[in-house]
Amino acid sequence: MSFSPPTASDLEALVAAAVEQRVGGAVADLERAVADLKTQLENLRKDCPEDRATIVAFSGDMDRLFAAFTIASGAAAMGMEVSIFFTFWGLAALRVRTTYSGKSLGQKMAAVMLPSGPAHVPTSRMNMAGMGPAFFKMLMKQKNVQSLPEMLEMVRELGVRLVACEMSMGVMGVSREELLPDIDFGGVATYLGDAARSKITLFI
Amino acid sequence: MANVDLDCQGLSCPVPIVRISRAMKELASGDTLTVTASDPSFQADIEAWVRKMGHQLESFADTDGVQTAVLRHA
Repeated sequence: MSFSPPTASDLEALVAAAVEQRVGGAVADLERAVADLKTQLENLRKDCPEDRATIVAFSGDMDRLFAAFTIASGAAAMGMEVSIFFTFWGLAALRVRTTYSGKSLGQKMAAVMLPSGPAHVPTSRMNMAGMGPAFFKMLMKQKNVQSLPEMLEMVRELGVRLVACEMSMGVMGVSREELLPDIDFGGVATYLGDAARSKITLFI
Repeated sequence: MANVDLDCQGLSCPVPIVRISRAMKELASGDTLTVTASDPSFQADIEAWVRKMGHQLESFADTDGVQTAVLRHA
């Protein structure tokens, strides 16, 4: 039996075997730990708020809607995804026409109470039987502030998602045909779905 | 690297920020946007805007109520 010196590949194999014996288990443990951390990170990312703002426009008052549209357009200009959910009196902002046919008496009364569009909404204070909005409009024009219909146009151009609440449409007797044509319709889950992913959520 | 001028004088919040946002989208990295504005909240707003968007405010000057901001696209 003659002795032959180990070749380079023999040595390599020996070293690999020794390394595997010592750290093989540790590597497998590490790989498992990394996989576990990756899963946790993915789950955390799912729960993380996105660069998104969600606003509920409940009020149909000119000044409050004005605040909603100002924040919405500002957020969109700051690169955020923005949704506005219009519910109850807020629906007035999206209204383009008023129909009475096919509505119950109560719904007809609500149809009269709900203003017929952003140019016709009252102010929350000093409405003075409709004189307040005219006064406000004059002040806003003097200060070169955009009107409410212009603000609405701007948020639409900025790609803000406008959602009308179907439930309050039902209560107020507002049909889809009475609202702007290219908007979304949804319920509370639609709002919560967007709000849960948002950094900012407001009720105005 | 190009420079674009944007006149926002006489415009009120939030319109300057909206116009700046639109104008900046048309620019490439390193380009500058020179904005003139008279809105009283302009300085505070533009500082917050660049911080959020990651662009740079190269300079800001206020001469007799005419504010001039030079923004550099990141």
